[in-house]
Amino acid sequence: MLEQMEGSRAVARAVALCRPEVICAYPISPQTHIVEGLGEMVRRGDLVDCEFINVESEFAAMSVAIGASATGARTYTATASQGLLFMAEAVYNASGLGLPIVMTIANRAIGAPINIWNDHSDSMSQRDCGWIQLFAESNQEAADLHIQAFKLAEELSMPVMVCMDGFILTHAYERVDIPAQAEVDAFLPPYEPRQVLDPAEPVSIGAMVGPEAFMEVRYLAHAKQLTALDVIPRISEEFAERFGRASGGLVRGYLTADAETIVVALGSVIGTLKDTIDDLRAEGIRIGVLGIQSFRPFPLAAVRRALQDATNVVVLEKSFSVGLGGVVSNDVRLALSGVQLHGYTVIAGLGGRAITKASLQRTLREAIAGTLQPLTFMDLDWRIVNRQLAREAQMRRSGPIAESLLRDVGPIAAKVI
Amino acid sequence: MLQIRIHGRGGQGVVTAAEMLSIAAFEQGRHAQAFPSFGSERTGAPVIAYCRIDDKEIRLREPILAPDVLIVQDPTLLHQVDVFQGLHPDGYVLINSRRSFHDLGLAEIEKRYRHERLVTVPASEIALKHVGRPLPNAALLGAFAALSGLISLTAVDHAIRTKFSAKIAENNVAAAAEAYAYIQRELEELSHA
Repeated sequence: MLEQMEGSRAVARAVALCRPEVICAYPISPQTHIVEGLGEMVRRGDLVDCEFINVESEFAAMSVAIGASATGARTYTATASQGLLFMAEAVYNASGLGLPIVMTIANRAIGAPINIWNDHSDSMSQRDCGWIQLFAESNQEAADLHIQAFKLAEELSMPVMVCMDGFILTHAYERVDIPAQAEVDAFLPPYEPRQVLDPAEPVSIGAMVGPEAFMEVRYLAHAKQLTALDVIPRISEEFAERFGRASGGLVRGYLTADAETIVVALGSVIGTLKDTIDDLRAEGIRIGVLGIQSFRPFPLAAVRRALQDATNVVVLEKSFSVGLGGVVSNDVRLALSGVQLHGYTVIAGLGGRAITKASLQRTLREAIAGTLQPLTFMDLDWRIVNRQLAREAQMRRSGPIAESLLRDVGPIAAKVI
Repeated sequence: MLQIRIHGRGGQGVVTAAEMLSIAAFEQGRHAQAFPSFGSERTGAPVIAYCRIDDKEIRLREPILAPDVLIVQDPTLLHQVDVFQGLHPDGYVLINSRRSFHDLGLAEIEKRYRHERLVTVPASEIALKHVGRPLPNAALLGAFAALSGLISLTAVDHAIRTKFSAKIAENNVAAAAEAYAYIQRELEELSHA
């Protein structure tokens, strides 16, 4: 049924419809509303046969999730930012052990400087951990992806992260169609684990593996992720047939068929990009956007197919590899090996910097004109950057950078954005 | 697309106001998107929340830079934050105050915008009377329904009942109704002036 609700609430409702048996989580903004919602449903008895476990940290949350999943329970958790970093060791263990845990990442920047706002640094820091990573464009897609994620995780016996933009999606009210329980039950069969910790039939999980077989275990994880390249679109199509809307999949193009310029992006910024592209199209500019829904596994072939006939490719990303540049753009470049085109990386929206249509238009016009720098930081305030550089050149004890920049910016309360 | 920006302070229900507005618009069959400006959550700190209403899917996720409607929940912000930034020339302004625009030091604003779309309403006083706390958001939404006609009072009532538990909801519904009637009288006086 269509309802107007907060993104976090929509995700909590979708997760509840998947009948999780264990939910463990530790609160961190902007993820908190999701597990609060689920906790409430368990307490009220709206979500039955489910144990909600309050844990003392994110590391404990993932450790409990590993234990629960290994006993054959459908297991869910959620986190963000520093929380994901704190659980990192266990995150690798979950995938290494092949446990189909589903976890929401309410994407948020990583400190220092401490910042609670949205970007994709947290998910990207774990892109090599062996989890599948799916990105949602809207709250509808975030809700739908969770239902698909349990099916995908359990079919492959591999954990899945559903990444949604913190605040921009988690705290936004919009209409979301929440399916009926019977529809979800028909789509998502009960969990049939490949491995179970059961006192009646004892096995051990988590053996130490030496040089004789470690590479093979890793290779098998890679091979399994590659099979996900077939399973993800299949599940997305089955979802579309049953629920009547397209969600998920590997990549999704918008006006890309005849486009000379294609913007590649992940997450909620695709919406703002679509509006920007409509405006540019109205002027006769042939431009489109390619959304990447599955970042791990990375759909090299699908990305190549979508981009190979373009003249300009602009990867717009909310992540940044210090000392290199883009994170997503590196993968896109690999997909385009041997293809001659103009490639640009635009870093935008770090730490919650608003990504506006006006700035996108200006940046994309520069890309089309060929005047854009190969690595561009959209809306970077050069005034405060240069002041800091000058300060550091002038004196040795220039002090902490973040504090100096805040003084240069002045009171932010007086500004609308 | 109708774009509404709500200014207030932490603790005044600014974010809830935008959410209720989106629920009211959804109730009337429209697409709506509400989201807060995500500052540090401190009581008394300036807070902004946004609401977009349209007849088609809303994909844009930038903050509202050029609002059609401004709702100011706390008049002490008027000379601290540039609340009027980007306001559309035909825009509506609703301020929570018993004082007039002129008395609030906004004579310049009065000249720049359509006077029949600039109103003040003592929403905190109305809330204090009905809700027992000076939380002006529901009353302001009632006032907005009367000022613009862009959402109905019935839809506002529905949104209030969706967000609040029974007793608090009914008190807020009463506050919204009084603010609605207050603005209707104000507009009538304006049209005779």
